[in-house]
Amino acid sequence: MMDLGKYAVEVISAWGVSLALLAGLVWWSVRRGRIVRAELKKVERDHG
Amino acid sequence: MSIWSYANPRKFLDTTEPWVPRLMWLSAAVLAVGLVWGFFFTPEAERFGSSVKIIYLHVPSALMAINAWLMMLVASLIWLVRRHHVSALAARAAAPIGMVMTLIALVTGAIWGQPMWGTWWAWDPRLTSFLILFLFYLGYIALWAAIPDPDSAADLTSVLCLVGSVFAILSRYAVNFWNQGLHQGASLSLDAQENVADVFWLPLLVCMAGFVLLFVALVLLRTGTEIRARRITALRARARRAEPVRA
Amino acid sequence: MRALLARDLRLAVRAGGGFGLGLAFFLIVVVLVPFGVGPETAILARIAPGILWVAALLAALLSLDRIFALDHEDGSLPLLATAPLPLEMLALAKALAHWITTGLPLVVAAPVLGVLLHLPGAAMPWLLVSLALGTPALSLIGTFGAALTVGLRRGGLLLSLIVLPLYVPVLIFGAEAARRGAEGLPAATSLLLLAGIGLGCAALLPFATAAALRVTLR
Repeated sequence: MMDLGKYAVEVISAWGVSLALLAGLVWWSVRRGRIVRAELKKVERDHG
Repeated sequence: MSIWSYANPRKFLDTTEPWVPRLMWLSAAVLAVGLVWGFFFTPEAERFGSSVKIIYLHVPSALMAINAWLMMLVASLIWLVRRHHVSALAARAAAPIGMVMTLIALVTGAIWGQPMWGTWWAWDPRLTSFLILFLFYLGYIALWAAIPDPDSAADLTSVLCLVGSVFAILSRYAVNFWNQGLHQGASLSLDAQENVADVFWLPLLVCMAGFVLLFVALVLLRTGTEIRARRITALRARARRAEPVRA
Repeated sequence: MRALLARDLRLAVRAGGGFGLGLAFFLIVVVLVPFGVGPETAILARIAPGILWVAALLAALLSLDRIFALDHEDGSLPLLATAPLPLEMLALAKALAHWITTGLPLVVAAPVLGVLLHLPGAAMPWLLVSLALGTPALSLIGTFGAALTVGLRRGGLLLSLIVLPLYVPVLIFGAEAARRGAEGLPAATSLLLLAGIGLGCAALLPFATAAALRVTLR
């Protein structure tokens, strides 16, 4: 691990929060995409 | 063949769908290069120490927060003028991404502000403008969610986006007038005399490219999702209308 | 248009809520502030312009959802839309009626409440002028927000979420003018910008409001 000096806490927390938010956004978009895709298949089969 | 042929939802889906995973991986790769480069292989800046590393997330997210709103503005205009549903749905798909970008810019800014300016939050013009931009995103998303009829929702949110853009620019200058800030001036503009040194600038550029790619990939993915969701609602509504006849 | 304005004003007076409620709200907010920040004259005098402006803004916000809601419920909105009067003028008339029932009483009441908050005498004219110039803009922006949310359930909360960010520039210039007036600094620039925003809103926002109304009535 490299030495971040006296700003280690700030840098790590800023990166952590940002990457978590980005990952959350991607995960949420992908998941919702899958759910809606499956749902559409079902609806198209039922009412198609 | 004109670009408008992609306004057909079917054609839009068929064209963009294969690109979504490709763009996702590409953006992940570019982001990984830029972020690893920025985090491990850049020196510390004189005044900022290692806190300068926050720039690789702060600046690209701030950039995309504004670009996402611009994209929504263009998409809203296209919807109002040419009535292409894909355009309205793309605007809707971009809003949460822009909101998250604004949030990242605000949070990293606050964390950076603590050691640099000695405070988590200052009513600095740029911080304040971003907070207002965040509120605009909230209102826009809430309005989309509140209106049941899809076409009215698209119309009303488009109008809000146009009016909101004017007021966002107005707020930007009003806030400037109200409080001269702590933020450094445009140190990233291309023509500025005092520019950021290349050691920081190059990885930052890679990160910005990664954020742009990620934004495009996410917008395409989410627009596809919105198109499908719209189709589900339409199919269900048709089935409901057909029901009494069958009974 | 004059008939419509008279009708709206009559309705507001008869319903009783129009003139009274916003004003009472304004009064209560201003009375609550000293309880929150303490009764020291110096502090109150310093924050008085800002408090009065924020309170006026909230009071104006309070009655926004009534602008179109009543007409929407009893079905007179589609009738008004088919009248020979263009919808843009309807939007303007509605905003004007809202201003007369809410904004104007606030401007008139502001000096009295300013005394309660120990607002320096020199600041009084600046506060009055800034409120008089700013509240019409608040009404116009609010009418636009109300048109966006007509007929939605829980529209009131959504309305505040949409309208409040739009109020930011007006609030900044209005409170800035009052504050500069209180501190004896030149305040003309803020007032001119405030007036500019007000006129810009009057010129452009009725079109946006009318566009939103057309969508809702479709």
